Amino acid sequence: MPNESRARRTARPPNFFLIILIVPAIVIPVIIVLMLYEIGNGSIDAMRAFGLSFLFGTEWIPNPPQGGLPVLGALPAIYGSVVTTTLSLILAVPVSLGVALFQAELSPRALRVPSVFLVEMLAAVPSVVYGLWALVVLVPFMRDFINPNLSATLGFLPLFSGPTNGLGMLTAGVILAIMIIPYASSVMREVIAAVPRSQREASLALGATNWETIRTSVLPFARTGIVAAVVLALGRAIGETMAVTMVIGNVARISPSLFLPAYTIPSVIANEFTEVAGNTIYLSALFELGLILFAIAFIMNLLGRVLITRLTLRTRGGAIV
Amino acid sequence: MYVVLATVSFLIALVPLVSILYVTIANGFAALNVDFFTQVTPPIGGTGGGILNAIEGSFVMIGIASVIGVPVGVFAGAYLTEFPGRFTYNVRLLAEVLTGVPSIVTGIFVYELLVATQHRFSALAGGVALGFMMIPIVAISTNESLKLVSSSIREGGLALGISRAKTLIYILLSTARSGVITGIALSVARVMGETAPLLFTALGSQFLMTSINDPASSMTLLIYNFGTAPYANSHVFAWGAAFVLLLIVLSLNILVRVASRLKVSGAE
Repeated sequence: MPNESRARRTARPPNFFLIILIVPAIVIPVIIVLMLYEIGNGSIDAMRAFGLSFLFGTEWIPNPPQGGLPVLGALPAIYGSVVTTTLSLILAVPVSLGVALFQAELSPRALRVPSVFLVEMLAAVPSVVYGLWALVVLVPFMRDFINPNLSATLGFLPLFSGPTNGLGMLTAGVILAIMIIPYASSVMREVIAAVPRSQREASLALGATNWETIRTSVLPFARTGIVAAVVLALGRAIGETMAVTMVIGNVARISPSLFLPAYTIPSVIANEFTEVAGNTIYLSALFELGLILFAIAFIMNLLGRVLITRLTLRTRGGAIV
Repeated sequence: MYVVLATVSFLIALVPLVSILYVTIANGFAALNVDFFTQVTPPIGGTGGGILNAIEGSFVMIGIASVIGVPVGVFAGAYLTEFPGRFTYNVRLLAEVLTGVPSIVTGIFVYELLVATQHRFSALAGGVALGFMMIPIVAISTNESLKLVSSSIREGGLALGISRAKTLIYILLSTARSGVITGIALSVARVMGETAPLLFTALGSQFLMTSINDPASSMTLLIYNFGTAPYANSHVFAWGAAFVLLLIVLSLNILVRVASRLKVSGAE
């Protein structure tokens, strides 16, 4: 039909600009989907073999001495991850809040930029270097100084019972805490700085001291953001592999004492991935652990970002990456 | 009183930094000599040799990662700025989430994607894993830098009749140049220090590569393998490599931040 061909000839040209730019942008969700697919695919064998009991199984025996199928349960790794992450948050959140307040409010103006810079340097140190440092400085420090004192004062608690050689959940918690301080404090600093000046000035005008202003006007306003910082730090801590692997002792055991070695989900994968040697269920179980780790980190990250967006909308402030 | 608490927290946070710097310099400097930079690693426990294969591996894999990460990241970031909307908002959120994916998960993903399918460990797989980590970081920082360019500049370009594509490339990206380069440099510094994604992709090697399809070592893998070995000889290499790596990573970070601060206080 002549009208149709003329309509086609004079149609608006396709927006090549959009097409060329949208392809790289689509790569991002594609990577996530592909990641889920590949890791899910890899975990199918283990999911079929163990089902839901994988999450609650306490035995981790990849190669039973009498032969037969591996008996694999994720609970020791999950337990270790949960304990070390919780410990690291208990240690890091107060310090991070103090650092953030120091950087945003309480330091002399001249120290603001250098203080932020120094903490950013802490974040730039590679994980293996943290691990190496921990082996040489932190582990002996814990073994010879902290753990004996804890044993002497709080040793009646099952948390601090038993012998120690410095490698264990407590040391792992400490190194994790050190590693997440820069991350948590930078998010907290941004949310504290985003609190509108009108809030502070109103409080000061009413005669409040500096600390009272922070306590009553700034911190409650930034509360959502501080929670977001904790959630994001949790997501970061749970995925941390190298430094933890080097200090946690790598033993698949659930023990009440923080002094004893344990496993975390990333440590299991890091340590045992190359030792699978054709044991397909073993490899698949490691993939399933990776899937669990991915899910936890994904949820924590999403939650943290959504909280920050809600806070940003409220203060009409800047962007927090 | 509370000022004291905050100051003490800050000092507590600084103690590990100072200690790490001191210990790494003290132990690492002694390991450096000409052989260190020109020879390949001895077997674990042996003496003599250097870390040339690790240095080569690190740089080759970062090169591969940049080839993937920089173009995809910069143009994805440009898309996020130029076409705001529901889809863009979600892609940006997904990019932020992707930066939080544990690096070991990226490692097993690329293992399944490239190593299991090709039946070999390779520097290419390692580089791809690092590249996947670079993409969201570069995309987000490019997006942020482009957002800072005032809209009057974009409107000026379009008003002169320049196409959107050319406005983006010649005007907007040039104006945001320093922010974009900062983002790229910081992402390079970040992936240079990664170990977990390389554990099952590049695997590590004692030799120099003959092609990117060979397994390769990296400074981080070397620090991990030699640092956890029960031989004092091996530890020497680990500390030397840690010193070099820390020097590169911290210098990059410092350089980038100093340059962008000078730019901000000087020019604009």
